[in-house]
Amino acid sequence: MTVLVALGQAVLLAVLAPYVLGLTRAVRARLEGRAGRRLGQPWRDLRKLLRKPPTSPSDASLFFVAAPPVLLATSLLVAVAAPFVATTSLAGEADLIVVVGLLLLGAVALALAGLDTGTAFGGMGASREMTIAALVEPTLLLSVFALSVRVGSTDLAAIVTAGATDPASVFTPASALAAAALAIATLAECGRVPVDNPSTHLELTMVHEAMVLEYSGRDLALVEWASALRLTILLGLLANLFAPWGVATHLTPVALAIGTAAFIAKVGGLAALLAAGEVLAAKLRLFRVPELLAGSFALALLAVLAAAVLG
Amino acid sequence: MHGATWVEQAFNLACGLLLLTAVGALWRRETSALIPILTVQGGALTAIAVMLAAGHPDGGQAVLVAVVVGLLKVVIIPLLLRRVHRLVRNARETRPLVNVATSLLAAAGLCLLAYAAARPLVAVAESPTARATPVGLSLVLIGFFLAATRHRAISQIVGLLLIDNGIAATAFLATDGVPLIVELGVCADLVLAVLVLQVLTARMVHTFGDGDLDDLRELHD
Repeated sequence: MTVLVALGQAVLLAVLAPYVLGLTRAVRARLEGRAGRRLGQPWRDLRKLLRKPPTSPSDASLFFVAAPPVLLATSLLVAVAAPFVATTSLAGEADLIVVVGLLLLGAVALALAGLDTGTAFGGMGASREMTIAALVEPTLLLSVFALSVRVGSTDLAAIVTAGATDPASVFTPASALAAAALAIATLAECGRVPVDNPSTHLELTMVHEAMVLEYSGRDLALVEWASALRLTILLGLLANLFAPWGVATHLTPVALAIGTAAFIAKVGGLAALLAAGEVLAAKLRLFRVPELLAGSFALALLAVLAAAVLG
Repeated sequence: MHGATWVEQAFNLACGLLLLTAVGALWRRETSALIPILTVQGGALTAIAVMLAAGHPDGGQAVLVAVVVGLLKVVIIPLLLRRVHRLVRNARETRPLVNVATSLLAAAGLCLLAYAAARPLVAVAESPTARATPVGLSLVLIGFFLAATRHRAISQIVGLLLIDNGIAATAFLATDGVPLIVELGVCADLVLAVLVLQVLTARMVHTFGDGDLDDLRELHD
């Protein structure tokens, strides 16, 4: 049963991810006074790309070919293991360090692929991505450690269960700091506005787009799908760690249905908020990005300290 | 934090605000942003003083101390700082000795140091307020760091005020109430120091004109 729930959760996330992307684009278009496209448009793009055979640069090696499946596989694995709909899915397997490690593995695979193409942009994007990742991954770890201090475990499922059973304990200064840090880390990890602009291909600023510039057809579809999945995963983690309402703590059909609905609502709300924020904010200069990320790291460390000192 | 009371939550919130504002002072380059940050920090410090006074046996004097601290940190000091700020408008820390990203990481390190250094202190008096002593110590360390690495006169004054806030917070948290006479003396000292620094800043601006004080000295040599 837990295996079925875990697989169902992964399928839900995989299906939902392009819609989340579509929602951010739709909200952004609406706020900018454009008509925008439909929610399902990213899915249509993916279907179109999936039908086309990929091409690869003549100098590319195995890394280039392997990166999209690795990226998607790591994202799907996180979607299976981490507590999104129910906390009991594969209990004990959703350790925080494993989840962050898997996310980093995907990022490194893509960065290697960017280097592997041998183009100037690929290398530039990979270098920028690794600079950002070096600051983001510790922040991701630390901000969740602030919550695990209270629970006494780095198991994400245990943290979310503790939050779901005692919602009042979530609202502490430590978790407010940690939430801010994790939100900034999420923006950076997903290449959203203050750090990277997903809707431009401007060579001066692009990070994620620079790495995937050489991908086409099926490979591009996998990369885009995995990026959407990572966004959904991180938004879902943010929602479930700091607002763990409605997460199914036991495996009854009703609880699972409520968990699914709550998850979709929370991720949808966060995605809309993200899009609204993107309309208002401008992208930071690349040299200012480490400042923002170091700030979020400091916030996360303060959160851990506050959790440890103030209890 | 199971079953934490409302007062405990508010106390923790105030301590969290102290830390957050200290880091915020390092984060922002615009000197105009420092004054609201410092005001918020003064407010948090006052809140701590009030909460400690509420649970104090000798309530009257402790309340008076809290009032004095609030008046000084929330009203008088920001007023004086605004006057300093008016001398050099739109000033920014364009080139701190240690860049902002590194200084934020250094602040994180300093917090850890404060936590490690305060462990024996916390072990001596195991009370919920004494457990927050590292917050005060890290404020002192961050204040030193800010004063040491920034060029602008107003940033250095803010660094000094951070140090003072840290010392006051440590005094409130680690001891069982600060005597009124001591607090009055400290406050008078602080006002005097800020006034002197204000006069000094005014003289510097008058002599060198607007700009980065370190650079200007190099130019005149």
